[in-house]
Amino acid sequence: MTATIAEPDQELQKPDDVRVGRRANLTANLAQLVRKPVFLLAVLYVLFVVVSAFRPRLFTSRGPYDTHPEAAAQAPSVHHLFGTDIYGRDLWTRVLYGSPLTIKATLIALAIALVAGLGLGIVSGFFGGLVDGLLMRAVDVLLAIPGLLLALSIVTALGYGTVPVAVAVGVGIVPGFARTTRAEVLRVKTLPYVEAARAGGASWTRVLLRHILPNSWGPVAVLAVLDAGVAIIAIASLSFLGFGAAPPAAEWGTLIADGRNYLVTAWWLSLLPGLFVALLVLGLNHISKTLQELTR
Amino acid sequence: MARYLGGRIVQAAAVLWAAFTLTFAILYLLPSDPMELQLAAAGVQEDSLTPGQLAAMKHRFGLDQSIWQQYWHHLAGVLHGDFGTSLSQQVPVSDLIGQRIGQTLLLSGTAAVVSLLAGSALAYLATFARWNPLRVFLTRLPALGASFPQFLVALFLIQFFSFQLGWFPALGTQGIKSLVMPVVTISVLTSSVLAQVLIKSFDDTLRQPYIVTARAKGLSRTAVHVKHAFRNAALPAMTILGVIVGLTVTSSIVTETVFTREGVGKLAQESVLSQDVPVVLAVVTIAAAIFVLVNLVVDLLYPLLDPRISHTRARPVPEVVTT
Repeated sequence: MTATIAEPDQELQKPDDVRVGRRANLTANLAQLVRKPVFLLAVLYVLFVVVSAFRPRLFTSRGPYDTHPEAAAQAPSVHHLFGTDIYGRDLWTRVLYGSPLTIKATLIALAIALVAGLGLGIVSGFFGGLVDGLLMRAVDVLLAIPGLLLALSIVTALGYGTVPVAVAVGVGIVPGFARTTRAEVLRVKTLPYVEAARAGGASWTRVLLRHILPNSWGPVAVLAVLDAGVAIIAIASLSFLGFGAAPPAAEWGTLIADGRNYLVTAWWLSLLPGLFVALLVLGLNHISKTLQELTR
Repeated sequence: MARYLGGRIVQAAAVLWAAFTLTFAILYLLPSDPMELQLAAAGVQEDSLTPGQLAAMKHRFGLDQSIWQQYWHHLAGVLHGDFGTSLSQQVPVSDLIGQRIGQTLLLSGTAAVVSLLAGSALAYLATFARWNPLRVFLTRLPALGASFPQFLVALFLIQFFSFQLGWFPALGTQGIKSLVMPVVTISVLTSSVLAQVLIKSFDDTLRQPYIVTARAKGLSRTAVHVKHAFRNAALPAMTILGVIVGLTVTSSIVTETVFTREGVGKLAQESVLSQDVPVVLAVVTIAAAIFVLVNLVVDLLYPLLDPRISHTRARPVPEVVTT
């Protein structure tokens, strides 16, 4: 009985004590996140990879193309974290110097997917009707071509290299973004505050930019983190298949593919860079999952 | 029902046609000349050929026609099972694919079956387990499986089971033994994808009132899980069957390349390397056809498996006579 009596009191106090609004929400969420050690670890690892992509010198003193024939094909040690390849190049350094290529490709792919996907989704969800029907059929067609094969045909047409691979992967993840954005816009569009804003005299453009967009980007952001992992796998796979940057520059996929020939004698050449990539994808997936649970 | 069936088949055909057209547009309309790409990939300087030779080669592959003529020619060909001539090997594309598709279908088919079984088993165990650490571990496992790039899984398998233990051959297509590791490679990804969807679906189903009812009337946990939960949880997961099959087909590209199996996937990889545009177009079209077909079959079977969904026009509901 006492509990039922206490409740109304608490509700009355709320407006005074609790700051309401997006910023308060954000700080509360952040405080919750800090308490998750695995999540923190994942964020730290992803941050480390991104920082090392832009400033590899911070984490290694060697050059990616320095050959030391006397130290060829050495197993991992304190000296060479990931061992050395058959030319005596330090593999850890080569992985770090391979990061910019793959990270750049991932960012290009995500940018394409975000711009095109958000655009398609917003236009489709906002205008509805015939436009919506046409755009969603187009998305269906894109989805009917299995991802990697769509990427392969784009790479065939554009040629090899980091940018074509990034474009190919980016186009492949547009449909997912378009669908998620559209669903969110459709949901937000019918909420009372949109109606209120319209009734208050705001133009549709203003409603779209100030009310619908800020409130529908949450799930899209979660998807973006998840798709960063998907894109990294796809980019690494494409460069593994031999469509990435030309040698001696080495993307992660290329490093792993090259190491494949020495699997018997020097397993670390392909397996350690592979684990480096897998950990990154795992980290991104975990971050995305935690964020998703949070927004629910 | 007949009307729904007809409409759905027409829709599938339209999507397939659009997918073919889109791929054709990507491959033939982008500012690159297939002949030039092909010559560059073969290491031949275009200048070293006389204009007459070049024109003759273009004529031979139909590349001197206008883009519309080429498009109609290809489309008509595809409808008759003719995918044109390979630029690099100069044999009909349908022969190239015909020789290899058996290998790939065997690999993808086996992988699809294995991942269905493994994915369902994992989801089943993950939701049935009572000991919390085990439950958390099993629930997180699919995320791990989906994060590992396939070529890495393949390399780990080769390193461990071929080089260390010597159980399975590292490459080739001889015998059933060579099939094991490629199938496992593909299944790790696809069963993880399936298990993720199934686990979520299971969790939703187990919260339904009829589960409580079944437990309350005295059925054992196992019986409820098998009879009541599994069938209802499997239904939503069926919709991603098309995605699973599509994934097993595209996975054959990386898998066949790593394990050096002579299948369509490796053909696709080689064709991109040698810029063999007709072969790429054919492989993409066939893969899209498989994907669309599986989705069509799932859509048509769905109402049969789930009587709550019906595509027949709603019959007038018989009035309940209340006395």
